[in-house]
Amino acid sequence: MIPVEYYLALSATLFSLGILGVLLRRNALVVFMSLELMFNAGNLAFITYARMFGTISAQVVVFFVMTVAAAEVAIGLALMVEIFRTKHSIDLDQMNTLKG
Amino acid sequence: MLIVFFVLAFVAVGTAISMLVTRNAIYSAIFLVLNFGTVAILYLILGAPFIALSQITVYAGSVVVLFLFVIMLLGAERLPGGEPLKWQRFLAIPLILVLALDFGINIAREGGKIGMVDVPPAGYGAPVDVGKVLFTQYALPFEVTAIILLSAVVGAIMLAKTDKAGRRRDLYKREQQQEKTP
Repeated sequence: MIPVEYYLALSATLFSLGILGVLLRRNALVVFMSLELMFNAGNLAFITYARMFGTISAQVVVFFVMTVAAAEVAIGLALMVEIFRTKHSIDLDQMNTLKG
Repeated sequence: MLIVFFVLAFVAVGTAISMLVTRNAIYSAIFLVLNFGTVAILYLILGAPFIALSQITVYAGSVVVLFLFVIMLLGAERLPGGEPLKWQRFLAIPLILVLALDFGINIAREGGKIGMVDVPPAGYGAPVDVGKVLFTQYALPFEVTAIILLSAVVGAIMLAKTDKAGRRRDLYKREQQQEKTP
């Protein structure tokens, strides 16, 4: 028997670490990885509540979140490649113009 | 059970911190795989085997491979110079501490009242049950997801397409015509 709060605390910790990465790192790819970490933390909270209330629906929602996150990664990495082609860098500080 | 949870939580938080701290983007991606793996085991403990295995195939498999592919393609594992985010760092760290404190206070206040989870009974959350819900109650969102994925694929191709590729195709055509003409 594990109290639900432990899972929620773990989820909150992972989410905070993800925000830390988004705010502090300058490498755009690491920022992307931190976003994935935050998705993961949210999914963990979802699955915890799914177990607690004994429903399957929350698992389906997590499945949708995963699908949309995969689509987001595909688009985001294509954008990264395109930005690298024009700027020759993926430093977030240098992404300050809309038209490269 | 509690020991298993604490070991997994320790590994998950440790890999997340290492992912943020390491300077090399490839190491970050590898730590991300470890983190996804431990969270997948937590999903298994929580009675979601289908989600756990799709986590491993989708995240630890395809997403991180995509990351590694792009990192190696761009040769962007190291940014030149340090990372001196000057004033943002002094603003960001207190803000994150406030957020973490907020999470902590709220979780501690509800402590012991939310409930307990234990090992699920055998067959709980089987892929058959998930599939039944997915294709009856959530059939419409499922179709919408298909459209999102299709547009993502088309968008990624459109973004990655360059004029150079078009020119290459023209060159190819010209060569073909030259071969035909004589």
